[in-house]
Amino acid sequence: MAFFGIFGKEKKDRLDDGLQKTRENVFSRLSRAVVGKSKVDDEVLDELEEALISSDVGVETTLKIIERLEERVRRDKYIGTDELHNTLREEISLMLDEYKSEKLPDIENTKPYIILVVGVNGVGKTTTIGKLASRFKSVGKTVVLGAADTFRAAAVDQLKIWSQRAGVEIVEHGMGADPASVAYDTAIVAKSKNYDVAIIDTAGRLHNKVNLMNELSKIKRVIQKVIPDAPHEVLLILDASTGQNAFEQAKQFTAATDVNALALTKLDGTAKGGVVIGISDQFKVPVKYIGIGEKIDDLQVFNASEFVDSLFKNK
Amino acid sequence: MFEGLSDKLEGAFKRLKGQGRITEINISETVKEIRKALLNADVNYKIAKDFTDSVKEKAMGQDVLKAVSPGQMMTKIVHDELAELMGGVSQDINLKPNPSIILMSGLQGSGKTTFSAKLASFLKSKKGRQVLLVACDVYRPAAINQLKVLGEQIEIEVYSEEGNQDPVKISKNAVAHAKNYGINTVIIDTAGRLAVDQEMMDEISRIHKAVNPAETLFVVDAMTGQDAVNTAKAFNDILDFDGVVLTKLDGDTRGGAALSIKTIVNKPIKFVGIGEKIDAIDVFHPSRMADRILGMGDIVSLVEKAQEQYDEVEARKLQKKLAKNQFTFDDFLKQIQQVKKMGNVKDLMGMIPGMGKAMKDVEIDDDAFKGIEAIIHSMTPAERDDPSLMNGSRRKRIAAGSGSTIQDVNKLMKQFDDMRKMMKMISSGGGRNAMRNLKQARR
Ligand SMILES: Nc1nc2c(ncn2[C@@H]2O[C@H](COP(=O)(O)OP(=O)(O)OP(=O)(O)O)[C@@H](O)[C@H]2O)c(=O)[nH]1
Ligand SMILES: [Mg+2]
Repeated sequence: MAFFGIFGKEKKDRLDDGLQKTRENVFSRLSRAVVGKSKVDDEVLDELEEALISSDVGVETTLKIIERLEERVRRDKYIGTDELHNTLREEISLMLDEYKSEKLPDIENTKPYIILVVGVNGVGKTTTIGKLASRFKSVGKTVVLGAADTFRAAAVDQLKIWSQRAGVEIVEHGMGADPASVAYDTAIVAKSKNYDVAIIDTAGRLHNKVNLMNELSKIKRVIQKVIPDAPHEVLLILDASTGQNAFEQAKQFTAATDVNALALTKLDGTAKGGVVIGISDQFKVPVKYIGIGEKIDDLQVFNASEFVDSLFKNK
Repeated sequence: MFEGLSDKLEGAFKRLKGQGRITEINISETVKEIRKALLNADVNYKIAKDFTDSVKEKAMGQDVLKAVSPGQMMTKIVHDELAELMGGVSQDINLKPNPSIILMSGLQGSGKTTFSAKLASFLKSKKGRQVLLVACDVYRPAAINQLKVLGEQIEIEVYSEEGNQDPVKISKNAVAHAKNYGINTVIIDTAGRLAVDQEMMDEISRIHKAVNPAETLFVVDAMTGQDAVNTAKAFNDILDFDGVVLTKLDGDTRGGAALSIKTIVNKPIKFVGIGEKIDAIDVFHPSRMADRILGMGDIVSLVEKAQEQYDEVEARKLQKKLAKNQFTFDDFLKQIQQVKKMGNVKDLMGMIPGMGKAMKDVEIDDDAFKGIEAIIHSMTPAERDDPSLMNGSRRKRIAAGSGSTIQDVNKLMKQFDDMRKMMKMISSGGGRNAMRNLKQARR
């Protein structure tokens, strides 16, 4: 938990900007649906269904949220339109909060803390690593990056530029090298030079490619040869614009590498952050970071209540 | 979460069965399932609603013919309607003016750079064009280098300007360069941008005006969710693009975004990206996409593949044994060999509608067979013939002989038993039902 402290005050207004669209979407609809009414009726629930599904929450999770809401109404007999927003916030917050990042090792007592970054093509793995490196460094942590994407054209160059921007060391064997051996060497360097944090980039891969997923498992095993309880964090990057396939990504990457943290990128776009709710709820893996732009400081630690707040905040 | 539509409809159709005519009452459950399936496939909320409304209208009042089940009939109505929406025939790329300029646009990470290289290679090899690739992503680290590396691989010139931060100027200069050297095709790769980023949208609009492309393509990730409509609309409002490219279709996404985009901007989907290699590009097939969104699977190719590999005679022998419940460990071994010949079992099974989901819970990988084979090889012929002989001491001996544990042997015995049950069900009914029954039996 101490880790959250590292990032200090988040630029909340930025997150608010990013989420503007989602909020307007859900909110304008809901307000329209509840005007002049004093309880949640079918029409409101229909509007809610549309709003949630249009935000990529997914059918199942949406139905779950609606069920919880209906249960509340049944229990409390009466729910006013004002209460609706609060209740909604509570219920969704609960789904996100139930499985907080307690399972993650404490970074303050783990050295080197190894992070393996995985995800499908183009979701923002390398960019997130650059941002993370910079954030860790800014709080006085020493960082080394591992360029284990040796496949995509110019991937090593891309990470190198980020390492320069963040001012941290990089371990690289060039393009075409064995990714497992890059990961291995990164762990060795992190251990022998006593680094606080090592972050290993991997090539984007679609989760239904068995061989590529096996390669990831191998990378993980190889890291464990150096540090048996590593990687301490397996960070799955999800693109916020991804639809229901994100669930399948979470499932398959978890099967291959025991993902224990998620990052949701590109929330500065149309910010349908709804996908987080469903995945966090279904896979019991916490969302740890969100990406809100292409610049080096466009990264925030995910905070469930703030997230839901921004989603449903009045005006 | 990801059952195919055909799978879900099956349940809904049960309610329709035995009724002579499709009516409001007997169709409402079916329509709901169709809608849910479309939403799970990422079809936009409103579009899914409109679609099911129109399907309902088409189906209403139709007589259910004797020859087909109501289920088959509904499937056909849904499929035809969807295929039509996806755009009847595939459409070609416009290469008329000289040089013909192709401009790429899209969000970050959608796959523009990779696709630019694929298209360049495609046009060079399939249409005999001389192509110039232009690197206009001056923002993302190493983006220019990425295009250069790809260009080298496919032996196509890449135009870039070191230090020039103005993509509008770079693209103009590139076109002039192409004209100077008599290059007849120019593909301009641009930086990914968000539709809500005013400055960046303005930039691509200026590139568009400056080079006046014959073909502007909107590149979109097939995994895109509900947001697809907003993004496609925003890019179309600014660029009035000519076609859509759907990337990463080699994944397992159902690709409902394709339907949403087609509906909202009414522009043809022209190409699809189906892998990371340069030649992993295909023209768009509307009907196949309709099947995919519906989760109907690619039955045709499954049948072809299976036919190629499956030994007809063996299969018939097996069928007889199954019917008589004489399936033995030797048959099991033969089965394993057959299966291995057919390649990735999961891939294969995934092509059967409704089977993909079922197979996800059944772990099969080729290595898994090794242990099984070793154990069976350690059995005496009598044991292989009659599994009921397998008492504790025999199991112990077999475990030692095959270098496995007693638990492994027990597990195999259990698997064999399950397999026998499943085989029996398959031989007496559809494979899909067998799967379901098996799962229920386990519970
Ligand atoms: N707007 C926005 N863009 C982002 C964000 N994160 C990453 N990107 C952009 O998304 C694109 C892809 O990012 P990469 O970091 O290269 O993605 P990747 O997952 O490493 O990609 P591959 O290695 O090719 O699989 C780049 O253009 C990034 O600038 C974000 O939070 N917001
Ligand atoms: Mg990368």
